[in-house]
Amino acid sequence: MTNPSQSLIIKMVSRTLAAFIQVFGLYVIIHGHYSPGGGFQGGALLAAGVLLIRMTEGREASQPTLATAIATPLASLGAVIFAGLGVVILFFGGNYMDYGAVPVPGMEPAMIRYYGILIVEVGIGLAVMTGLVSIFDDMVRTNRQSGPDLGKGGLS
Amino acid sequence: MNWILEIFLDILLITTAIVALQAKDLITSAVATAAFGFTVALLFISMGAIDVGFTEAVVGAGIVGVFFVAAIYRTTRKTKD
Repeated sequence: MTNPSQSLIIKMVSRTLAAFIQVFGLYVIIHGHYSPGGGFQGGALLAAGVLLIRMTEGREASQPTLATAIATPLASLGAVIFAGLGVVILFFGGNYMDYGAVPVPGMEPAMIRYYGILIVEVGIGLAVMTGLVSIFDDMVRTNRQSGPDLGKGGLS
Repeated sequence: MNWILEIFLDILLITTAIVALQAKDLITSAVATAAFGFTVALLFISMGAIDVGFTEAVVGAGIVGVFFVAAIYRTTRKTKD
């Protein structure tokens, strides 16, 4: 959790496995609008890759993968992508989240809706990934300044 | 052939649930809960609900297990009762 793992096997396996988990998460997000999966599942897989590094490398050493300070702003950005694209449709005269109403030259409404759902899936994936990482960081945070250290008696 | 697999998954489901409830070490309970979630996901997929099973596999077997381990890290590892 807060300290890096001592075992070389755990470190090497988690480093290798996290990359494949995250590539699979990207696959699930990108193919989410016409096959099983989607933004939530892909985002949770991306978060699982980050959390695997967080648990084995320690909290400070794993900051370059996804810093704690930018996790919550990225979650807000994902929510803005999700809800804001629906608001953009309103300016083109369509209903909320009716992506086919945007007039893109050279594309029929079905393909515009196809790409609109893809953008929304990316926003959901970003929000879910950074939200789960943010929850984990808050759970393992060592707040020695503001209260007693509750980390004793656990896994150390 | 399919019902043999489902009966095996049902037995595994009940076994992991009992292990998760009865274990004194809470890490064992967390791992058994993750195994329970993955078994539920396999049962969902065997019933044809691919999307529900995928969500259950990712959340129930992955994220919830990590959060339980983080909660045990902040509290105690042994159960009192």
